[in-house]
Amino acid sequence: MSDFLFFLEVSLAGLGSGALLSLTALAFVLIYKATRVINLAVSEILMMGGYFFFALAAGMSLSPWVALPLAIAGGGLIGAIVERGVIRRMLGESAISVFMVTVGLGSVLVGLVEFVWGTNPRTLPDFTGTAPVFIGQLYISRKIAIAFVVASLVIAIFLLLFRYWRGGVALRATATDQAAAYSCGINVPGVFSAAWIIGCATAAGAGILLGAIGGISPVMGAFGLSALVVVIVGGLDSVMGALVAGLLIGLVEAWAGTYLGGEYKLVSTFIILIVMLMVRPYGLFGTTEIERL
Amino acid sequence: MRAPMTPARLEIDGLSLSFGGLKAINDVSFDVKPGTITALIGPNGAGKTSMFNCISGFYKPQHGAIRFDGEDVTRTHPPLRAKMGFARTFQNIALFRGMTVLDNIKLGRHAHMKTNIFQALAYFGTAAREEMDLRAEVERDIIDFLEINHIRHMPVAALSYGLQKRVELARALAMRPRILLLDEPVAGMNREETEDMARFILDVKEEWGTTILMVEHDMGMVMDISDHVVVLNFGQVIARGLPGEVQQDPNVVAAYLGSGDPAALMKRLAAGTSGGAEAA
Amino acid sequence: MRIATANETYLADEALLRTRTQWAWLGLFALVLVAAPFVLNNYWLYLACLVAINVASATGLNILTGYTGLVSLGQGAFMAVGAYTVAWLSQKTGMPFLVNILAGGLVAAFVGILVGIPSLRVKGLYLAIATIGASIILQFVFLNWSSVTGGARGLAVRPANFFGTSLTTYFQLYWAFVPITVLMVVGAANLFRTRIGRAFIAIRDRDISAEVLGIPLLRYKLMSFAVSSFYAGVAGGMWAYFFRAVGPESFTIVESIFFLAAIIVGGMGSILGGIVGATFMTLVPEILRFGVELASPYVSNAGALLSPIRTIAFGALIMLFLVFEPQGIAEIIQRVRRFFHLWPFKT
Repeated sequence: MSDFLFFLEVSLAGLGSGALLSLTALAFVLIYKATRVINLAVSEILMMGGYFFFALAAGMSLSPWVALPLAIAGGGLIGAIVERGVIRRMLGESAISVFMVTVGLGSVLVGLVEFVWGTNPRTLPDFTGTAPVFIGQLYISRKIAIAFVVASLVIAIFLLLFRYWRGGVALRATATDQAAAYSCGINVPGVFSAAWIIGCATAAGAGILLGAIGGISPVMGAFGLSALVVVIVGGLDSVMGALVAGLLIGLVEAWAGTYLGGEYKLVSTFIILIVMLMVRPYGLFGTTEIERL
Repeated sequence: MRAPMTPARLEIDGLSLSFGGLKAINDVSFDVKPGTITALIGPNGAGKTSMFNCISGFYKPQHGAIRFDGEDVTRTHPPLRAKMGFARTFQNIALFRGMTVLDNIKLGRHAHMKTNIFQALAYFGTAAREEMDLRAEVERDIIDFLEINHIRHMPVAALSYGLQKRVELARALAMRPRILLLDEPVAGMNREETEDMARFILDVKEEWGTTILMVEHDMGMVMDISDHVVVLNFGQVIARGLPGEVQQDPNVVAAYLGSGDPAALMKRLAAGTSGGAEAA
Repeated sequence: MRIATANETYLADEALLRTRTQWAWLGLFALVLVAAPFVLNNYWLYLACLVAINVASATGLNILTGYTGLVSLGQGAFMAVGAYTVAWLSQKTGMPFLVNILAGGLVAAFVGILVGIPSLRVKGLYLAIATIGASIILQFVFLNWSSVTGGARGLAVRPANFFGTSLTTYFQLYWAFVPITVLMVVGAANLFRTRIGRAFIAIRDRDISAEVLGIPLLRYKLMSFAVSSFYAGVAGGMWAYFFRAVGPESFTIVESIFFLAAIIVGGMGSILGGIVGATFMTLVPEILRFGVELASPYVSNAGALLSPIRTIAFGALIMLFLVFEPQGIAEIIQRVRRFFHLWPFKT
């Protein structure tokens, strides 16, 4: 097999995991857009999604097609509880305080998973089949291909909803100016809840896809760190940015992991982060914040 | 006695500042003479605060020059200007809420102090000496002068609006000002507080001899205490002179009240597309 | 009840401790510190040393995050830099441990300045994320720069050398660590009586107007990073002498979250808060261990559950304090003080 073919295969795999990164980044963006909170616990909710699915499909032997929506709903439920129970109490506190609350939440969730399931990695029951997919001569793992298709579909649906659905418009209005949106009769607290529920459900879904590819473990939240970089590179409040930067980072990680060695994956991502912060802090598509005296 | 600080002369020469296509300041020139009080007035959105932000270095004007005792400071970094003797107060009080009144005032002296990080960690010796000198000076020259003895150890967040404004003035005085920029020093104050503040400003001019440039909407106070008035409208100087003269100027009256003539009003609105919304 | 305190001189008015009661508390505390090693058993001495190390590092983070308002999730990585420096020096040179620890602090301070450079462009959450990035890059360096860091195996640390004596027992290390930590805490308290500390607080409260008031932002932000990571480096150096081995797993992001939790729980922007928070958070696992031991007859594999319970407890403490007591334990202490000052008139 030629080197070029190999390169294309690596790139395709990169796009596949990039789509998952985009999907996870979408969870960050959704929550940030509505509530101006960077929810670091998205990483851990992603992990919870994987474990919920594991518990339902492997532990309770449910059909994967029943377990899948239930696990996603479980992620949404965590979002709802956290938003109503904690985040809403923090309204008006500095963004940093709320950020640190989500750091605490992440720690609690990791602890819970270790408490219940231990620290050993687990494999999710197979629900996708294993026959590889070929595009022409190019081999792609079936799971990565499925992850790519699903993530792309979900992102496309989100983009459409943002533009045309009433709720999406309400979200954009809230993102632009909370007080103005409120006085226009938009149910801002409702938008907050919805963003957290949908965001966390999305993360949980991404977690199941990720778990299907590489198994689940209490440290799989590290994937969320890469997704966080995606959000920063794309722009915290930009869905489009999440999409583009996700694929970009996915490619970079795949290339770095293949040609430099696995240990270079995460570090190359974070070097991109630092460079981006220095050169263009608000990301490729993010809104620049203007400071005033 | 207080270290004598020679009042400075400030010259604004053909200054222009725009945000995108919006001209906030358009070719403005005026002088502030040493040891005088100059008032910068004009309707909302005339460019007064933008002017102040240019002078203290927060905005970089596209054209023109700001000269401080003849020296061009248009591109000088704000902290350096502070060290040269620019001191200012802010329209929306910018006190440090996590500090006491005394610490806020002492902060003003920052640029003139020398304690380095190692001396600060050790405290005893250089740092302590410098801090004690500062404390004594602040107590003698500023706290007594502005009659804020009773609140010195209070956190600023606990103070009334009028007192906060006074603490801001105190902090600006601690900066060893050679020119004092006051952005709406009496905005939102009641009659009594306004009179107190006007008295303090006059006292600063007389006892400290500092050059003062202020933006203010309270016409009564402006007319009472300023030596010279510059009127801005839509980013341009429309009148200047003694308070009495400016008050009579038809341009100024028109700018504040709007002329009765609808045609003139339309013309002004059309001109408004190139005039500035006041930024910040 | 106390009416007011009057001081005769400005020096007395600006002292760290202004009242006799405060001096009495300090005297008592000093007495406890001196008596402790003679009273405590080895296990508690071990904990006391650990508390001293963590207090030093938390105080450093408090300077950066609590006082300057720059949130950092890199304190663990800075400690690692100090620890690696000390480990390397202890193997390659026979220098006294104080010199090595100082070197650890200085190298960490240098790295801290590098990590602080993004604060030129970004602040707030973005900076916090940049520090996560820096931690991960440092972690990568520790793992892959094998010739210096020992790679995945890490480095062993030779015992601390104090004028020819090796400090190996917890009793000896206690006498080495506690004075260092006390000095560092006093230094931090001093900082905030001078122009440097005021500049830090000004940057936290309103950084743009601070600049107009004569504070060069970048220089002071970097200075805060340098001081904070110097503290972390020294703490990391003590850590190295304490555990006698350093590896890439020694300081993960969890360690950084631990220190952030310590200052949140103790009280950000309060020296007392840093001390109390670090002490409390160091002892929490021990309290949990005690609880787990009580439960062990009834629960199988209770020991294995200790680590997850600790993780949950850390997270929960961060959340609870941020929601219900954002000023931390230091604020609770203040409230108790006020209560006694006003007693019996206002209860």
